[in-house]
Amino acid sequence: MLKTFPKGGVHLTDNKITAGKPIDNLPVPPTVTIPVSQHAGAPAEVLVQVGDKVKVGQLLAQSAGFISGNIHSSVSGTVKKIEPATDSSGFKKPAIIIDVEGDEWLETIDRSETLITEIKASPEEIIQKIKAAGLVGLGGAAFPAHVKLSIPEGKKAECLVINGVECEPYLTCDHRLMLEKSEEILVGIALLMEALNVDKTFIGIEKNKPDAIEKLSVLAKDYPGVSVVPLKEKYPQGSEKQLLRATLGREVPAGALPIDLGAVVFNVGSIFAVYEAVQKNKPLIERVVTVTGKTLSNPSNFKVRIGTPVINLLEAAGGVTEEAGKILSGGPMMGRALTNTNVPIVKGSSGILVLPDTESKRRPVESCIRCGKCVSICCMGLEPFLLMALTERNLTERLEKEKVTNCIECGSCSYTCPSSRPLLDYIRQGKSTVNNIIRARKK
Amino acid sequence: MYSIIAYSFISMAGIGGLLAIVLYIVSQKFKVIEDPMIDEVVAILPQANCGGCGFAGCRALSEACVSRDDISQLYCPVGGNSVMAEIAELLGKTIPEKDPMVAVIRCNGHHSNRPRTNQYDGAASCKIKNTLYTGDTGCAHGCLGEGDCVKVCNFGAISINPETSLPVVDDNACAACGACVKACPRNVIELRKKSAKDRKIYVSCVNREKGTVARKSCTVACIGCGKCAKNCPHEAISIENNLAYIDSEKCKLCRKCVGECPTGAILEINFPVRKATPVTSENEVLAS
Amino acid sequence: MSLLKVSPSPHAHGEMTVKQIMYSVIFALLPALAVSIFFFGFDALRVSILAVGFCLAIEWAIQKFLLKGDVCITDGSAIITGLLLAFNVPSNLPWWIIMIGCIVSIGIAKMSFGGLGKNPFNPALIGRVFLLVSFPADMTTWPLNRFEQLAHPDAVTGATSLGILKEGLKKGESLSAIFQHIPSNIQLFLGNHGGSLGEISALAIIIGGLFLLLRKVITWHIPFTYLATVFTFTGILFLINPERFASPIFHLVSGGLMLGAFFMATDMVTTPMSAKGMIIFGLGCGVITTIIRVWGAYPEGVSFAILIMNAATPLINLGFKPKKFGEVRNG
Repeated sequence: MLKTFPKGGVHLTDNKITAGKPIDNLPVPPTVTIPVSQHAGAPAEVLVQVGDKVKVGQLLAQSAGFISGNIHSSVSGTVKKIEPATDSSGFKKPAIIIDVEGDEWLETIDRSETLITEIKASPEEIIQKIKAAGLVGLGGAAFPAHVKLSIPEGKKAECLVINGVECEPYLTCDHRLMLEKSEEILVGIALLMEALNVDKTFIGIEKNKPDAIEKLSVLAKDYPGVSVVPLKEKYPQGSEKQLLRATLGREVPAGALPIDLGAVVFNVGSIFAVYEAVQKNKPLIERVVTVTGKTLSNPSNFKVRIGTPVINLLEAAGGVTEEAGKILSGGPMMGRALTNTNVPIVKGSSGILVLPDTESKRRPVESCIRCGKCVSICCMGLEPFLLMALTERNLTERLEKEKVTNCIECGSCSYTCPSSRPLLDYIRQGKSTVNNIIRARKK
Repeated sequence: MYSIIAYSFISMAGIGGLLAIVLYIVSQKFKVIEDPMIDEVVAILPQANCGGCGFAGCRALSEACVSRDDISQLYCPVGGNSVMAEIAELLGKTIPEKDPMVAVIRCNGHHSNRPRTNQYDGAASCKIKNTLYTGDTGCAHGCLGEGDCVKVCNFGAISINPETSLPVVDDNACAACGACVKACPRNVIELRKKSAKDRKIYVSCVNREKGTVARKSCTVACIGCGKCAKNCPHEAISIENNLAYIDSEKCKLCRKCVGECPTGAILEINFPVRKATPVTSENEVLAS
Repeated sequence: MSLLKVSPSPHAHGEMTVKQIMYSVIFALLPALAVSIFFFGFDALRVSILAVGFCLAIEWAIQKFLLKGDVCITDGSAIITGLLLAFNVPSNLPWWIIMIGCIVSIGIAKMSFGGLGKNPFNPALIGRVFLLVSFPADMTTWPLNRFEQLAHPDAVTGATSLGILKEGLKKGESLSAIFQHIPSNIQLFLGNHGGSLGEISALAIIIGGLFLLLRKVITWHIPFTYLATVFTFTGILFLINPERFASPIFHLVSGGLMLGAFFMATDMVTTPMSAKGMIIFGLGCGVITTIIRVWGAYPEGVSFAILIMNAATPLINLGFKPKKFGEVRNG
């Protein structure tokens, strides 16, 4: 019996059409737009000026505060503009726009492909290097990595959990990384185990990636304490709390963090970036992005420089045709619909998905028949139908009592609702209202 | 036969009597002594329970009117001055007259002025749409057109014009309760002083972007050029954040600013048609 | 490329729709309908068609002329109400009584609350109970099925097995004497006995019920706990005094219990949302059904039991919430 989380969840058609496509290097675009806020927390402080010459890997903006991250140049060239640029939600956020000239890297970065397994750095140095490299969680939330590694006082890390679940349909970037960079990922794990001083690591992988499970299981034999945990396919297993429940069999208490269970969770993409940052001195300037969709002629996995416009990726994948109805940044369950294709790839972009027009339109909303399907699939044990009704009526006190703030916004409720009710749309609204009230109360 | 009737009669009467006694005791024990004036004030109020006064409902306002000594701050926007005067007379207190107000939609960006850049397909709620992104046009400030204001209006005074997808206020039905102002996530709606014959002059735009950016997304956006402010003889117009604002308290409805606006962002409503004046074309104005 | 569509996540949607759910239920009711046509002949079909027709017509008329809104009778919910109502009445019921039942079901029990999804009580059961108390004679005079007619050529009507049981116990007859007049449990299971037209064959209903379970239209919680409660409760009574109380197997296969457990107590609109709540609901239904059957004035208590538990549903929803993730601290 394969492990999984017991409560709720849905089975999705995985549509991993790019699972067999090796990671391809995308050519460097003529201009890149690098937003200064690509992470959760405070935007970074810009260090360069218009007209400055920059090299690949050079620090462009400095972390501003504990929860923040460094931003490096992903290209070499001249800083053309520092001005607000449209992000995926259409709002304008400060960004550094660079005209590309050549591809000149900082000398400190080791660009060779050779695997370095020997760990020379001390735990403090590892964390310092990760922080300097501007590393964030590459699974989507883009939470600064060094914050997760700084264990709060009074708590102790006991194990490391690696998220190789990739439960979103279509996306395959983590899957390909696990296959092509397995050794590097294991070295990355060893580095983090050293930094956190833990002796156990669990790599959670869903069983729809048997090749990755096999390859990592075989290689992990050389790494004491590292074991691969095959998991049953179930969405949203890639969510931190559900993953911990599935791999460790324990629940993160409401309002607490994984570290309260003694666990630190990292995505495989982030682990690879840890390897590169520590062993190769390479800051986070590129990432693997899955460009996929049934209407694309060449869906694939690309290694992309941060700041590359989405349109470049789409063209490399065969171009967007007339049939396209929706372009998403991320997977179909939690991804963000883009309003235009000129927005840049950022650290948190895991995929670009083109949905055909026929699949993009939501079905008409019908009245709730109280079937209870949303209740049975909610992996957090909430009652989505109730939360939506309460949000519509603006009953914030009751919403707080019903724990709207526990919602992880996985979207299973809206997905399952036979009446096609926009449950999550409303719940998200209610959650943010309640969160604002709680924040105001604390002040 | 008679015994059955007598038996039922006595038992029913007995039960009735018993219940009456219980009811009496309960009503005595839980009696709430309330100023009878409150009921009288409630009777005067329009009973819309809209919350426009700032209280939960008409009864809450009445309680405030009766209990407070100074009621000059209390006002029922639905009933207006006549109702407040009646209450003041009844209670022997004084209430200053207030100008009647009306809700005004400060956005004129229908689709010919403000072309769509994408197609919104989420839940029909401005609040949700506003949290998600800038909206289905290039303008990040104007009306979203999902009708949150229509839903909260207790008086049926707002409706969405299907041709423009913009809300329209029925001045006669509007009670100026301010529910729509609170509901609009983008602060497009404002309560403005009501003038004779429902005449209005206002800047129908809330875009705080720089002129070039605002103009790019909407042809009737206020670009903050300041021409209206310079030409206003009553100093009623101020410019802040690239946006002109006409103070309805100071505006004398002279209509001078309307002709000055290069983009047509200032609207004049319910005025008689002007005599033909030389129309300056938009390009000339922009060039000058 | 036309304008891109933008909406909040998720951007994918599951296959199941309200229509699919409704038509699955209708499909699942067909075996029982076929059995009743087999036993009661054309009359069963007549009652079913009349009930469905009236329900559709009344819902259409209300939506069109009273509410003046969109007409959505094609969603299938009115068909289910009609079918279930027909399943709960004798096959010789005159058309005007059926019509009254449909008016009560659709007009009062469903549309007056706001239509699909807003009714607190199961509409078909409201209609049925209304008819039962208004026309007790017509509603409890059951025509003989084709085999019984062959066996008793001079009789026209008979009673249900539960009716025979109750009458017999009232007269003070012993159980063994009463059961001489009742078909064997196998015959009851297959449907060869008197009763309302849809409830006679436990087998056909179980087939339909299993189909719904497989399609994940219903979950096991309510039917299982309902049947198990009735079985356990009557079983205990049977063990205490087999001369006074009928066997639990007999209780399972007689009357409307199967129909109620699989099709009426699982009506999504009027039953609790959480798994815990559903189990409580099934438990309550089982206990009330047994109490009415054993000690009540009516021979059958399924309709009342479900309606009473329908009334308790909002309370159950409040009291029995799903366990929230992370609520219990790990040691």
